[in-house]
Parts: sequence; structure tokens; C-alpha cells
Amino acid sequence: MAFTALLANKMRSLLTMLGIIIGVGAVIAMVSVGMGVKSDVVSSISSLGSNMLIVSPGSTDRGGIRGAAGSRTNLKYDDALAIKEKAKNIDFVSPSVSRSYQIVYGNQNWNSSVMGVTPEYMSIRSLEVGTGSFITENDNNKRNRVAVIGSTVATNLFGTSNPVGQNIRVNNQPFKVIGVLESKGQSSMGQDQDDVVIVPLTTAMERLMAMDYVSSVNIQVSDSNKMDQVQEDIEVLLRQRHKIIGGKADDFNVRNMTSLMETMNQTTTMLTILLGSIAGISLVVGGIGIMNIMMVSVTERTREIGIRKALGATFQNIMMQFLIESVVIGVIGGIIGIGIGCGLSMLVGKFGNFTTVITPLPVFVSFSFSVGIGLFFGIYPARKAAKLDPIEALRYE
Amino acid sequence: MGNIEKITISLRGIKKLYKVGDQEVAALNGIDLDIKEGEFAALMGPSGSGKSTLMNILGCLDRPSVGSYRLDGQEVAHLSDDMLAKTRNQKIGFVFQNFNLLSRISALENVALPLVYAGVDSDEREERAMYFLEQVGLADRADHQPNELSGGQRQRVAIARALVNDPQIIMADEPTGNLDTKSTKEIMEIFQSMHEKGRTIILVTHEPDIAVCASRQLLVRDGVITRDEGKGVVLDVV
Repeated sequence: MAFTALLANKMRSLLTMLGIIIGVGAVIAMVSVGMGVKSDVVSSISSLGSNMLIVSPGSTDRGGIRGAAGSRTNLKYDDALAIKEKAKNIDFVSPSVSRSYQIVYGNQNWNSSVMGVTPEYMSIRSLEVGTGSFITENDNNKRNRVAVIGSTVATNLFGTSNPVGQNIRVNNQPFKVIGVLESKGQSSMGQDQDDVVIVPLTTAMERLMAMDYVSSVNIQVSDSNKMDQVQEDIEVLLRQRHKIIGGKADDFNVRNMTSLMETMNQTTTMLTILLGSIAGISLVVGGIGIMNIMMVSVTERTREIGIRKALGATFQNIMMQFLIESVVIGVIGGIIGIGIGCGLSMLVGKFGNFTTVITPLPVFVSFSFSVGIGLFFGIYPARKAAKLDPIEALRYE
Repeated sequence: MGNIEKITISLRGIKKLYKVGDQEVAALNGIDLDIKEGEFAALMGPSGSGKSTLMNILGCLDRPSVGSYRLDGQEVAHLSDDMLAKTRNQKIGFVFQNFNLLSRISALENVALPLVYAGVDSDEREERAMYFLEQVGLADRADHQPNELSGGQRQRVAIARALVNDPQIIMADEPTGNLDTKSTKEIMEIFQSMHEKGRTIILVTHEPDIAVCASRQLLVRDGVITRDEGKGVVLDVV
């Protein structure tokens, strides 16, 4: 019955639906853009290491005089290996040491920070090697004197020529350049991430810096929801290994970057809600369109209502008839709107400069909203129809 | 018809008052009327006589201000809107001057409409609607929309619709007012045969030559019934 009535006025029904279609489409497209921005931010933060736990040594304490954080020398390479072996839900463990050295090539010199890392460092920091290759497990095991340099270092020492295969001197020891990192630009803290020389951890510890401890261990957790759990596991494990018992304080620190993540999450969620609610307004406007047309429809069909009432239709019968009609507009408009919204956000994702992410939630919410709007804005006209006096309605021309 | 004297409609002291400004105007001013089962009554009167108001009350479309209306033994004068709707659905079949068919649905669906509100399931609706369409000789037009039918055919569809829920009374308001002579004759023949089958019919008309078909003629004037005659008398309406 509702379909018959809607089909009788195809153009009008379509135009009415258009309001809902645009509303639902806009909500889905906007929210997907918002979610896209969010996922962009999340992935860029996690490239910095959002799922990252950083273990660093604690401060020294000699007779009550405490040193700087990280000044202890008891965080060992073996600790990192133990974490890798024993802790669950961990993707990568990357111990590292770092110190500044003068780097010399030919008659050029440059002062840069030299980092000793394991091959996993590449994954953990999402580094990419532009030319050449990264250090390997083999390099690490054999304490090879090889180095991967950042692009700033490469430019300063080699100018435009290819550094790969050349020998540089770090602290007067020869290192063979095996790769140049793809530029990562400045970090969010304003550091030049390309001003770095990466060498195998063991080489750095034993041949370059002569230290038997590491300055930090970066751990990438596989699931951001498990951060706290993993952090606790690691603390327990390290306390065991460092034989810290009872209420004694840790001699190490485990930090994570979730608070940064939370802030960014809040910001992007706000953005998504903002975009979604602006689009939501158009959905409400579409709802008013439904009400408008239903009012016209009720007036236009006054006589029909009169006939139906004369034949025995009750208040509820007439009410339902018009409500179903407006809900059907909402449902069909909602379905088409979902199609258009998804299509639009895919187009934006493909040709625009945004990442778009379609999640079921906004689709579901905007659809139920459009049905709800059909219902809500249908109630007044439907009541109006149902309350018509049959004698007046039959007399209506 | 074993129970010959069964009263289908019984009006007592029916008044319908309207407020016009400060004054109360009585459209109906004390009507007492009994219509027996199987009677074919013609209700006549000039415009403004209260004839339409009386018809609306008889058809349960309106309530009297004062008085009692027993329809088929049940007091219906002061029922709620929905109860009146139910009463119309079950006890009264309407035939209107301008047919009042729904234009977007087929003749069959039009006939079946009262059954929708009576809560009859769709198979039975179709079956019963088809039966009554056959009765008025329009079985072959079941799928046609009203605008594809002639005036006489439309009125026959409307009559089938009035009969479909087997009501106690048929209310016909100027059923031939929009029809040509030939169709008028056909329609009146249908009413006659319904009357012969024992239906109670109330026919509102202002044409004396239509009213003479009825077994009883009632003349309404200034809100009261002024004459109540049997068959054969020609009442002068004006």
C-alpha cells in the first residue's frame, strides 16, 4: 500500500528521498574522511612507535647521590634477548646504544650520532633503505664494521656521489657504507631524523664504544590493547633478572607512548564528530523535507482518507498507513544514501588527498537515523491524517 | 425472513445542535424513527432540511447531540471515533453520489477495502470481493482501475464494496445523482434486487421518481420528519 502511494508520485518521492540520500551519504562520506585522518595519524604515530615500549636503565644511586636517568650500566644485551624470548605479544625487540662521533670521509668530516642497533630496528622505526641494504643478523653476529647512513650524513660527506661501498672513518675506525636510508625528514620534535649513522649493535658496543650495556631497548607490542599487560610482564621479567625483590625500586624504566596516542586520538575523534554532525544537519533537513511532503500528501489525499475512514479505518489504521510511507522513504533513502556515501568516500580516497575509512558504525547509525527521521517527521502528518473528520474529509474536493 | 418485525434502526429524540456565534442552531430537532429489517426507505428533503445530517448520523459518521440511536440492537449514539469506525465497517455499507473509489487501485482492491479494516486475510478478501463483483456483473473488470470504468460501472463497483462485509444496512447517498438515465435504471434495478433479497436500504435522494422505488418514503424538513409514506405516493420535495 505504501509502495503504491509512493510509486504514484515517483518524482516527488524521489525528491523527498534525495534529502535523506544526501544526508546519509554526507554523514558516511564525512565520517569516513574523519576516520581516514584518524587512521593516518595513528599510522604516522605508530611509525614513530606508538605500540612502542622503551626500556632504559634507571639512575645511579651512590650513597644517596642519584645520577641522571639512564646513567646505570646494568641493562644488558642479554636482557633484551630475554625479553624477546619470554615476553608474549611482542613483534620486535631492538636494543640500541648511541653516541656522537666525528665521521670522516676523504677530506670531509661531519659530526653525527652513531647508533648501534640490531636489524629489527629497521622494522621498529619503519626505516627504508634507499640504496644498498640494511645491516643483517650476520653483521651483528660477526661485529662487522659496516654502516648505514642517513641522507643528511650522505650529503655532507659524499655530496652527490654514491656512498655505498665507500669507507668512512668513525672514531678513526674504518666502516664500510652498505646503505643509505630513505629520508624521513624532521621528527615531530624538530630533530633531523636523517642525521644518523647506523652500525651493528655488537660492533658499536665492543669495537666502538667499549660498553657492555645498552642505553635503551625498544620493544614493539603487537596489539595496542596489550600494552599495559606487556609492560607489566617486562617489568616482572627484568626485576627477576636484576634480582630486585620486595618493595625495592626498579633499576630501569619502562615508558610507552600511549599518552601521545590518546591525545591524537581525542583530536581526530573530535574532528570526526564535527564532520559527522555537520553532515547530520543535512540529514535533519532531509527529515523536514519528508515532513513537508507528507503534509502535502495528507492534504492531497484528504478524500482518500475520508473514504478509508467511512469504510471502517480506525485512527491507528490511517496513522500506520502514513507512518509506513514516511518510514519507507527513510529506509529507501537510507539505503541509496549508504551506496552513494560509500561510493563517494571511495572516490575521495582514490582521487582526493585523503585516506578514507568506511566503518560499519557510521553506516549503521546514519541508516537507523534516517529511518528514525522518517518515523519522527512522519508522526505529525500521520496524526493529522488520522484525526481528520470523515464527513469533512469526504466533502473535500 | 422469519422475524418479520425486527427493528434494525431505532432513533429516539435525536437532536443535532450547532453553535453559530452565540446561538444554537438545531440541524435535527427531535427525530423518532424505526426502520425494520428488510425495509427500503427513501430519505428525501430539500437542501438545508437536515437530511444530510440525519444520513451522517444514521451512517455512524457523526454523533447526535442528544438522543438514542440503536443500530441492530446496539446503542451507537455516543461511541468513540474508533468504535464508530468499527461499527461502520461491520454494519453499514456506503454508496456515494460520486462513487468515492480509490483511483490508484483496481476495482477488486476497492471492493476488498472494507475487509482490510475488518482484518480478513488477503486470500479470503480476494475471494469475497470477486464474488460481489460477479454479483454486480463486473467480474471481467476486476483488474481495471476506476478511471478505466464508466460511471455506471464505478457505481456498481461501489455497491459491491458496500456489500462485501455483509452489513445490516446499505446507506446510499444520491447514488444515481451523477449517472445517465440508462445507468440510473441499472443501478436502481440492483437496489431493487437487493431489497428483494431482504437487505435494509436507506436511500437519500431529492428525485421523486427515484424515491418511488422505495417501500417507504420519509420527508425531512427543518430538522424533523414531516411525512412518512408507503410505496406509491409521490412526495413533493420542494
